[in-house]
Amino acid sequence: MKAYFTELFTGAWSLIVGLTVTLKALFSPVVTVQYPRQKIDVTPNYRGHIDLIKDPETGTHRCITCGMCMRDCPSDCIYLEGEKQEGVKGKVLTLYTLDYTKCSHCGACVEVCPTQALDYCDDYEVAGFAREDFHYDLLKRVEERE
Amino acid sequence: MNVDVIEDERQHQFVLNMGPQHPSTHGVLRVLLKMEGEYVLDPQPVLGYVHRCHEKIGEYKPARAFMPNTARMDYLGALIYNQGYAMLLERAAGIEVPRRAEYIRVITSELNRIQSHLLWYGAYLLDLGAFTPIMYAFDDREHILDTLEDICGSRLTYCYCRVGGVCKDIDDKFIERTRAFIERLRGRLPMYEKLVNGNIIVQKRMKSVGNYTPELCARYGVTGPLLRAAGVEYDLRKAEPYSVYSEFDFEVPTEQQGDAWAAFNVRYREIEQSLRIVEQALDKLPEGEVMEAKVPKKLRLPQGDYNCSVEAPRGELSYYLVSDGSDIPYRIKVRTPSYSNLSVVPEVCKGMMIADVVTSMGALDLVIPEIDR
Amino acid sequence: MQTLNSYAPEIIRIVMAVVGGAVVVFGNALVMGYMERKLAGHFQRRTGPMEVGFHGLLQLVIDGIKLMSKQLVIPAKADKPLFMLAPIISFAPVFLPLLVIPFSDRIQGFDLDVGLLFVLAIASINVLAVLVAGWASNNKYSMFGAFRAVAQNVAYEIPMLLSLLAIVFMTNTFSLRGIVEAQTVWFIVLQPVAFIIYLICMVAETNRAPFDLAEAESELTAGFHTEYSGMSFSLFMMAEYTNMFIVSCIATVFFLGGTSGIPLPYFEYTGIIWFLLKVYLFMFFLVWIRWTYPRTRFDQLMNLCWKYLLPISLVNLLITVVVVKL
Repeated sequence: MKAYFTELFTGAWSLIVGLTVTLKALFSPVVTVQYPRQKIDVTPNYRGHIDLIKDPETGTHRCITCGMCMRDCPSDCIYLEGEKQEGVKGKVLTLYTLDYTKCSHCGACVEVCPTQALDYCDDYEVAGFAREDFHYDLLKRVEERE
Repeated sequence: MNVDVIEDERQHQFVLNMGPQHPSTHGVLRVLLKMEGEYVLDPQPVLGYVHRCHEKIGEYKPARAFMPNTARMDYLGALIYNQGYAMLLERAAGIEVPRRAEYIRVITSELNRIQSHLLWYGAYLLDLGAFTPIMYAFDDREHILDTLEDICGSRLTYCYCRVGGVCKDIDDKFIERTRAFIERLRGRLPMYEKLVNGNIIVQKRMKSVGNYTPELCARYGVTGPLLRAAGVEYDLRKAEPYSVYSEFDFEVPTEQQGDAWAAFNVRYREIEQSLRIVEQALDKLPEGEVMEAKVPKKLRLPQGDYNCSVEAPRGELSYYLVSDGSDIPYRIKVRTPSYSNLSVVPEVCKGMMIADVVTSMGALDLVIPEIDR
Repeated sequence: MQTLNSYAPEIIRIVMAVVGGAVVVFGNALVMGYMERKLAGHFQRRTGPMEVGFHGLLQLVIDGIKLMSKQLVIPAKADKPLFMLAPIISFAPVFLPLLVIPFSDRIQGFDLDVGLLFVLAIASINVLAVLVAGWASNNKYSMFGAFRAVAQNVAYEIPMLLSLLAIVFMTNTFSLRGIVEAQTVWFIVLQPVAFIIYLICMVAETNRAPFDLAEAESELTAGFHTEYSGMSFSLFMMAEYTNMFIVSCIATVFFLGGTSGIPLPYFEYTGIIWFLLKVYLFMFFLVWIRWTYPRTRFDQLMNLCWKYLLPISLVNLLITVVVVKL
């Protein structure tokens, strides 16, 4: 009989204590943001998909078409081509595509690059209707960029 | 009119198909429940809905290229999975890891563990029908994700560990934020206790649901918080300290009852212990490099087989690798804790009510992609 | 001619009562729908609906349009006539109890002598609708929900009625108006135990969390309305909100003195302000506990009723009777 009433009262008390917690939350400020209207800054270290860096000195990318990134990529999502051109030392990059649907953001390509030509971009709002939307032509992106 | 009455117990038994799309299976797990009324006579988990051949993929690529896959197996304990695999390769190739890198691994892994436990905490109560705790838990968890994103670059499937260290050093901002988070979470824990742990409905729902004994756990290979809830003090961080865990002072929470309530309490108390580890690691953090310089570009593992076990949020995680001397492993086998933990369901959940099946499956803290791999 | 004249005001009264009832039902569904989502948001430190209209005020309008324009999917093996009938059985009777509730001294459809019995009788039709819905859906989860709802509602009606009976013994009337008028002191002071028992039964009778076992979504996906979509689902929702409104009205009438409050001009009409304020206080409480507690298990729910509520309400009734008759 004593246990019966003890349980009744401790139980009821625990329920009231629970109610105070949510009531306090009701009058606390909200912690969410209204996403498309408000945005939180992305950390500069964010690892989005890779991009060729534009060298401020030369005004172009730094890729020497060695193909290390292509070989080191665990998911085979990078493809690049280069050709010999008159008067230029080494090969010149003619095509650099990234199949972002396969990429797993491991960063192997960025770390292996001997000239630091690659870096992560901070695009996080990537959505599309077709697979092909994510086949990026990085060479074109670097030329278009300011 | 004469009707033949068939006296057969199958008449009032039926099969309820819980999943693959069901709110409380947390993913695409399917459980076939043979029921009689509200009582479950025979629960049978059906696996394989998210099988992605991770182990097979590992046999086609250079050993270190398997690193991103490890994070995809258990997306909640990604850093711990990374750490385990990196340790395996380091052990195989005989690479020494700088001490600072080991400390950073421990700090990030423990943050990852807290994050996993917080998500479980919210999701478990969601299973029990309480909507609000998951929002509070996510609020706290978000701080860990932001802190880790700042250093690792991603929020969930970090690929942070490398063979021979970690890919990026932590900075003062990270340390400051982590310390602030420890402070914050310690301040929040009493709130959780008031809202959830002390609540009579929660206690009534969890107590004496499931009966895990050390013997049963040994038979099925159950590890992690469930084993500790059954009274066995077995935590790989203490039992065979890997990395630098032997340098920290922490406890292994255990309970004796072996029910869902014990598992709940063990996990809840582990959050506090992980906070302690992070705090100590931040205090003792040595200076130095975070990446061993002499790691060969092409990682050839000597012929033989290698094993490495770490304590994942859900239990013991083991990697087993057989090498034939080339840079591509001959075989990779991953022993994931959820798979073994799930295997007790048919025995433990027999004779329970359907609501209790949900409770005890929630106590297992299942991550389905980890089961199927 | 003469008879028609004498009936004319009565007909107007009926029309006004029915229109008023419809306004209350739909208006309450809109207010509650918005209030629940907004409160749920703020309990969880979110904002709730924000996009449609100022702070999401028009969200429910948009939702209504969406629900009405949705296709009514009837499962292939469902019992089609019953499947379509269930939401109607659930929704149609909810108007009736509103007729006898004394919103203020002058705003009341009819004052029945057996007002309380009438309200409780009509309110229990909802269980039938749930049972029909669960059966007709031909879905095991729905059937679980329906069976649970029936057992739960039948069980909880007993302590509910017993706790209200204690007050009926004190006032010697079943008429809701009579009970309001009998309250010189609010009965929450004289009958605190009955009030708490009623409060618990009220949650169980409306199938709301933590007693929402009929639609326990983590166990039974959505319980009895698993297979319902579009307007038939929203009829169930509206019936649920109106049932919440009705039980809150009963609580107000029995324990919080109905319209009594600080006098306002034209109090025989403006008393409705106090009345609705008290009703929405109860509604707020229902929302509050829903977003705080986890769900109970079915056997525990039954234990609570048979082991705690029923004996305590019986003792309470006995003490009341002894005190009143002495």
